[in-house]
Amino acid sequence: MLAKRIVPCLDIKNGRTVKGVNFVDLRDAGDPVELAKKYAETGADELVFLDISATEERRRTLVNLVRDVAAQVNIPFTVGGGISSVEDVDILLQNGADKVSINSSAVKRPELVNELAQKFGSQCVVVAIDAKQIDGDWVVHLVGGKVPTDLNLFDWAKEVEQRGAGEILFTSMNNDGTKDGFANEALARLSEELNIPIIASGGAGNVQHFIDTFKYGKSDAALAASVFHFQEIEIPDLKQELKKEGIPVRV
Amino acid sequence: MKIVIINYGAGNIQSIRFAIERLGYEAVLSNDVEEIKSADKVIFPGVGEASSAMKMLKATGLDAVIPTLTQPVLGICLGMQLMCNYSEEGDTKGLGIFNVDVKRFENIVKVPQIGWNQIKGLGSKVFNDVKEGAYMYLVHSYYAPITKETIATTEYGVQYSTALQKDNFYGLQFHPEKSSTDGAKILNNFLNM
Repeated sequence: MLAKRIVPCLDIKNGRTVKGVNFVDLRDAGDPVELAKKYAETGADELVFLDISATEERRRTLVNLVRDVAAQVNIPFTVGGGISSVEDVDILLQNGADKVSINSSAVKRPELVNELAQKFGSQCVVVAIDAKQIDGDWVVHLVGGKVPTDLNLFDWAKEVEQRGAGEILFTSMNNDGTKDGFANEALARLSEELNIPIIASGGAGNVQHFIDTFKYGKSDAALAASVFHFQEIEIPDLKQELKKEGIPVRV
Repeated sequence: MKIVIINYGAGNIQSIRFAIERLGYEAVLSNDVEEIKSADKVIFPGVGEASSAMKMLKATGLDAVIPTLTQPVLGICLGMQLMCNYSEEGDTKGLGIFNVDVKRFENIVKVPQIGWNQIKGLGSKVFNDVKEGAYMYLVHSYYAPITKETIATTEYGVQYSTALQKDNFYGLQFHPEKSSTDGAKILNNFLNM
């Protein structure tokens, strides 16, 4: 049976992990490769690297990082952040990334989704959507949730599916950072209305939140950062609890 | 040992090369017919769309060479699918090594299948030391049905072939290079055939 996926997300700035990674047993928790290896060994199913650097050097640094991760880590990984062209994607995939995640660039130029799907296949195109619920409507936002658009979450998700996206990574801005659980109602609706995998993001605080998003949110994968980085939740324990609940996981 | 990864422009071949390096071997990337013929082991990767991958293969003449190889050959993902008779994807005629036609998953399941699924009915020494029901990483929208060449099956709305074997030809639908320690074992078993 296809397993539900647990996906730690690493924020990267200038080739280093940021956002207070606090791994007691790592020599250098700021080294994304070391952290990625640690997660792969403890049972993470996949990794996401989100590059938030804004320097001239960013592309070269990111390509080097992708190469180092691909050389040393034996599970799949996705790279996101600032990707806006076929050329950007080509160099990341050539250096060993399995998938790329695009967000604002798809909103600005939706044809990019078609171009990437045609050139590289849908399987490596993840469209990330940040949305906030305002007066009952889920509104797509840009720039890390700061700038609202005219797009509705469900309409936009369906559009990118038709254009060739292979997966949706949905972050609820209402839930992100709250540690109160994932936006399961919206996630379940995405899963029902679309026929591609949905990755839940935003709100993970405890084990029950993961159980709920797989059971009630119908999510195919769940992404989290701080609960893993601060070892509030250990992946082997999380997977045992999910298994007890009858949720298929790779253990 | 000389390991050649066929480099015909389709897919993520760096990851396979890195996985082979992690096992302590070196691999050469090549589309040169003589180099491929002289290898001890040949890996035939592929990610992307079947008809365009087949076109690239034809452009280099490799479509005629691959079926005549006599050393162990391992097709991975789209590589495995192209080794079959035919694929519904892009109405593509394959290399005809495996006597089976590749079909698209029905929309009763999410397509593509992305993630870790179990392999069962393991019937080849390429699976030595790998447990029945081990999880492998898969990313695909098309599948090979069960046939007499099936050496492992997976269930995703339908029972299908996640591995095929005929003589010296092996095909894996999953990505051993991305399937953690069990994937590495399978790759190592193949390299030690």
